[in-house]
Amino acid sequence: MRPDDLVAITPAGLHCAAGGFHVDPWGSADLAIITHAHADHARPVARSYLCAEACVPLLRRRLGPEASIRGVPYGERLRIGSATVSLHPAGHVLGSAQVRIEESGRVFVVSGDYKRAPDPTCAPFEVVRCDVFVTEATFGLPIYRWEEPSVVAAEIHDWWRANPGRPSVLFAYALGKAQRILAELAPLTDRPVLTHGAVESLVRLYREAGIPMLRTEPLAEAPRKRDLAGALILAPPSARATPWMRRLASAETAMASGWMRVRGPRRRQGYDRGFALSDHADWPALLRTIEETGARRVLATHGYAEELARFLGERGFEAEALATSFEGEADA
Amino acid sequence: MKRFAALYEALDRTTSTNAKVDAIAGYFSEAPPGDAAWALYFLTGRRLKRLLPSRVLWELVRDASGLPGWLLEHCYAAVGDFAEVTALLLETPAGETPELPLRTWVVDRILPLRAASAEAQRAALQEAWASLRPRERLVFNKLVTGDFRVGAAATLVLRALARVAEVEPAVVAHRVMGDWEPTAEAFTRFLSGADPASLQPYPFFLAAPLEDPVAALGDASEWLAEWKWDGIRAQALRRRGEAHLWSRGEELVTPRFPEIARKLAALPDGTVLDGEILAWRDGVLPFAVLQRRIGRLDVTPRALREAPVAFVAFDLLEEDGVDLRERPLAERRRRLESLLAGASGALLLSERVPGAEWPDWAAARGGSRGRGVEGLILKRLSSPYGAGRRRGDWWKWKIEPYTIDTVMTHAHPGHGKRASLYTDYTFSVWDGEGLAPVARAYSGLTDDEIRELDRWIRAHTLERHGPTRRVEPTQVFELGFEAIARSTRHRSGIAVRFPRILRWRRDKPAREAERIETLRAMLPPEPERPRRALQRRLPFDP
Repeated sequence: MRPDDLVAITPAGLHCAAGGFHVDPWGSADLAIITHAHADHARPVARSYLCAEACVPLLRRRLGPEASIRGVPYGERLRIGSATVSLHPAGHVLGSAQVRIEESGRVFVVSGDYKRAPDPTCAPFEVVRCDVFVTEATFGLPIYRWEEPSVVAAEIHDWWRANPGRPSVLFAYALGKAQRILAELAPLTDRPVLTHGAVESLVRLYREAGIPMLRTEPLAEAPRKRDLAGALILAPPSARATPWMRRLASAETAMASGWMRVRGPRRRQGYDRGFALSDHADWPALLRTIEETGARRVLATHGYAEELARFLGERGFEAEALATSFEGEADA
Repeated sequence: MKRFAALYEALDRTTSTNAKVDAIAGYFSEAPPGDAAWALYFLTGRRLKRLLPSRVLWELVRDASGLPGWLLEHCYAAVGDFAEVTALLLETPAGETPELPLRTWVVDRILPLRAASAEAQRAALQEAWASLRPRERLVFNKLVTGDFRVGAAATLVLRALARVAEVEPAVVAHRVMGDWEPTAEAFTRFLSGADPASLQPYPFFLAAPLEDPVAALGDASEWLAEWKWDGIRAQALRRRGEAHLWSRGEELVTPRFPEIARKLAALPDGTVLDGEILAWRDGVLPFAVLQRRIGRLDVTPRALREAPVAFVAFDLLEEDGVDLRERPLAERRRRLESLLAGASGALLLSERVPGAEWPDWAAARGGSRGRGVEGLILKRLSSPYGAGRRRGDWWKWKIEPYTIDTVMTHAHPGHGKRASLYTDYTFSVWDGEGLAPVARAYSGLTDDEIRELDRWIRAHTLERHGPTRRVEPTQVFELGFEAIARSTRHRSGIAVRFPRILRWRRDKPAREAERIETLRAMLPPEPERPRRALQRRLPFDP
């Protein structure tokens, strides 16, 4: 980082001195601007929080009723300290935002996690012109290229239909991915989907936000004797090796994650199927986005940050990798 | 190609043998015979001789993608498979891609690459890549680099083919033996060939484990004792001028053991022997040596030299074309001994274990380990050659397994129905102050114990690596195993054969578990030369 950067990595996280706030801090902070409600970005460490309006219910659920959370509409400019701050859609999950920070004519954009692929559950990514772009690089290698989500959704649907004699358990990140799958499947079928409790509570928040999705029913509320053959069950990956799965012992299992693009992880994790569906930008989308922001300086975080920064450096960008404590999502 | 790529993916993602057979049978029944012939060719491990070196593909990807070499190397590191990384690096073709039959791909596009100029090769590869989706590209790349391997044993492929042909696997195994051209005609012939029944082995007769005291078998003079060999049970057939070696798994293994086949060819026509294929040099060699000869199609001069084999016969099922199975063993044995009198080299007679009373044989059995055998087989002299594991006339009287007390250090979830339970465990012994893993085992506990242990594992996890949990090293288990060998694959340098849990030793504290020195002392003497290739093939993996 350079001394004149508007944001710097501090022990508590990404900090903007001009505004006196942190973005997605992992250590204690006064004001935290939260890009989205995934656990590694929204930690209970700040006195007050600012996020996109659509993010408020999700953040509230993670941080509890006592947390001081303020939602702002996308695009609205706020004066914080000597900085002007606005939030812009990142297309990652419902309520996800990029943070635009302007001071003395310089513009920084912290992307948070983002994607460019269409997603019926959240506002599409907005290109924000800037001088310095802080980009994620979860899938910052050229082997990561996503297929059209509708193609993947059709594959998921075919897999489900081809499995009438057993339950089909699809593991997907409980916030965002699961709802995106329910929304992508909606044009293909009207059969209801059974859900794990962690998925269901977030589905309710998405429904309250008016997102159209397939009907769902919590598995826990389904009668014990109900035959689950032919049913689709959505669950977070963390439920896999738990007693919750016992009712689903005979199930065919699949995982929806960008990591499933590569055969090794697909095989090692032992799922019957892997669907490469990600809420992150793939390699072409990362390059295209960086290009479109007009930024000459790029700071990369998560995943393959080193690789992306080095590649950009060779292409004439001023680029570096930031050491952050974002875990990245193993289940991205 | 789409259909074949889908088959490849289906085989790749399942570990269930039934699912693999279903997928292959599905392909064979749906694909045009010309495609099915090529699929069979590739699935049974045959290869197009190296058409293009991987380097050519790599350079082409580098040039086509414009990506720097270091980045491509990082990509390779993330994927770990050359054909796959080259398949993933390029753009996915937009929209529908055309479907060409596998046969067309191989015959019209891939085989001509061999004679093509470097320029034409590059053009052809680029054209191919542009019309294939990543999963098809992966298979294509594997075919053109001669690196195509598939996770299905040849026996499964034959089972699938047999299902489609509606005949026994043994029949199709014989039909596809030897050299054939992958053509539609060949495949059609495999599905509906005329088969002389004479090429079939008899059903194998199996010994049941002896559980009662041996004296309960009655008068020892009514019995014959043989060594229980640890090799591949097989029948050797010499009929109609041909020699065939069938394993008990109904696999035709003749091509893997040419030295045995040559010996069989010298037998009179109309002979069927029952016996065991063993690694043999002036006596039996460890099973691990035999493994060098299993699971590979090509028999190299080096393998022949370093892992010599012999068929050790213990029964004669047919002589002069007459089925002897209903005759008493005493007669069959007499005929066998006269047939193989003076036999040497790769065809031997399994000697009777001398003895007149049970104590003689009990003493012989006690010396089994030193002889490299698993104990004795006791056969009633008046018995016919039955089928299957019928109790009463043939007994295996195995030596007690080795036992050691070990500490459970890791737990792994089970498969299929047991995926929600921790049913696989890694067991370790003390090595200094640390614990060295020596075995991975799953069988041997009751369902109640498994459930209890599952709860314990969840509550005492120290660390998680993906699906594996490292647990507190406090639970002691008594393990049994059949043999012990050096291993370069295992951190402890030791691999045990057929480990299983005998008891959960709740009474024992972890510090009383065995030390690695005890296991080292059980090892057979060091071979003259380390057999690295051989050690790598040991099928057990703690």
